[in-house]
Amino acid sequence: MRRQIPLLLTFLTGVAIIIAFFIPHRPFNEVQDILIDWAIIITGFALLLGVHSLLRKHITHIQRKDSGWGFSLILTFFFIGVFVAGIISAFQYKGYSLTPGSSLYFVYDYMVIPLSATMFALLAFFIASAAYRAFRARRLNATLLLVAAVIVMLGRVPIAENAFFKFLTRFSDWFMFIPQMAAKRGIWIGIALGAFAMSLRIILGIERTYLQ
Amino acid sequence: MRFWEKVMKLDRRWIFLLIGLAVLIPFLKPLKLPLTITKPAKDVFDAVENIPPEGPPLLIATDYAPSTAPELDPMLYALLRQCFTSKRRVILLALYPQGAGMAQAGLDFILPEFPEAKSGVDYVFLGYQPGIQAIVMYIGEDVRLAFPTDAYGIPLDSLPMMKNIRNYDDIALIIDLAGSSIPITWVTYAVARYGELMAVGVTAVSAAQYYPYLDSGQFVGMLGGLKGAAEYEKLIKQKGYTKAREIATIGMDAQSIAHLVILFLIIIGNIAFFASKSHKKKGGPIGS
Repeated sequence: MRRQIPLLLTFLTGVAIIIAFFIPHRPFNEVQDILIDWAIIITGFALLLGVHSLLRKHITHIQRKDSGWGFSLILTFFFIGVFVAGIISAFQYKGYSLTPGSSLYFVYDYMVIPLSATMFALLAFFIASAAYRAFRARRLNATLLLVAAVIVMLGRVPIAENAFFKFLTRFSDWFMFIPQMAAKRGIWIGIALGAFAMSLRIILGIERTYLQ
Repeated sequence: MRFWEKVMKLDRRWIFLLIGLAVLIPFLKPLKLPLTITKPAKDVFDAVENIPPEGPPLLIATDYAPSTAPELDPMLYALLRQCFTSKRRVILLALYPQGAGMAQAGLDFILPEFPEAKSGVDYVFLGYQPGIQAIVMYIGEDVRLAFPTDAYGIPLDSLPMMKNIRNYDDIALIIDLAGSSIPITWVTYAVARYGELMAVGVTAVSAAQYYPYLDSGQFVGMLGGLKGAAEYEKLIKQKGYTKAREIATIGMDAQSIAHLVILFLIIIGNIAFFASKSHKKKGGPIGS
């Protein structure tokens, strides 16, 4: 029974959602609405589960004084700090903790935004360094990739308004719309077929690893 | 150490310095490089222009985080300027946790230019809700099921702008500004199931994966990366909607020069590689 009931629930839920997708009318849409409600509640709890898992990992690091435990300490400290700021702001501004002027908004505006932007901006430096060392025309495949990258990069940022750059822009657009898109479509179709097959396996109870 | 060997093993701090200068100098002295408007960007602009003023609203989803803000923030600013100037109404929401902060920051940046724009009348900010697919499907039934109140806790029924807005039938267009794969959820449910019109603004690195949706017509248009944002800035400026500082256009100068520097480095790296290889084949000392 411990296995049959979850399998039955999965089957009924999957079938109900599929029917509601194709027949979005009563009573199927009502069943769908109830299931969506549950999904939102479960998603909320999943976030809590994620928070619990993250904190447990880092608190264990700190307790054991594993290598890099200082980073875990910083993470835990700021996690609690931002959480407290969020709760205070939510009480102060009747539920909307990101109201301009709130302490959470301050944290977001002056810490989260600049720190995230800085982390992402560092990529430019490392990409340039990696491109210099790794982008070599060693074999035919690598050469094709290199040529395509050079054309697309130049085509995306026309430096001058002349026939050469106009050609590069057009070629870059053609490259993105024809060969690139053909490859991407192949990948997407593969992913969709895989997801479809896996969904069917789960709904029909063939794939049961999620029960373990 | 011989010349080509030195070039091959160039200290990466020199590369960092070159990139730093390539980004910094165009900011200090804008180069005003040419910018061609591409069809996908023009299509987004036209789709917004086709919305009648004070008619059904444009829904902007800010599904991105601060890490991708330099590319996506200018798109949000340009769209808000276009809508507020032309009296088109806007609904803002986020399906990505940090997206609510980005929408709020965007509003705070743009609203001082439009003191007459009122929350609940000209725009509604719904905030963030978890459960991406569930929320997109809920909006198809009734937006109130997903967002009973706006972000500030005011019930949607008491907002004048939301009185006749129930689901996708009452929303003219969705524009998802995303640094993630959330546009695929929008296209799966809002477009495929409910037949809603949709466009996207995405980071340059993720733009490639959305071309199939653009080609199939599931996206009416696309703004790709900083270039897409700069093109949109140019479009709204040409239409006379704004005279504000074009931050994406300024950023494009830096990006263009940085691209050139990277290309230069790739070429130098390859010359060094082949020169060393050729010396090896001849049996000579490497790099001499």
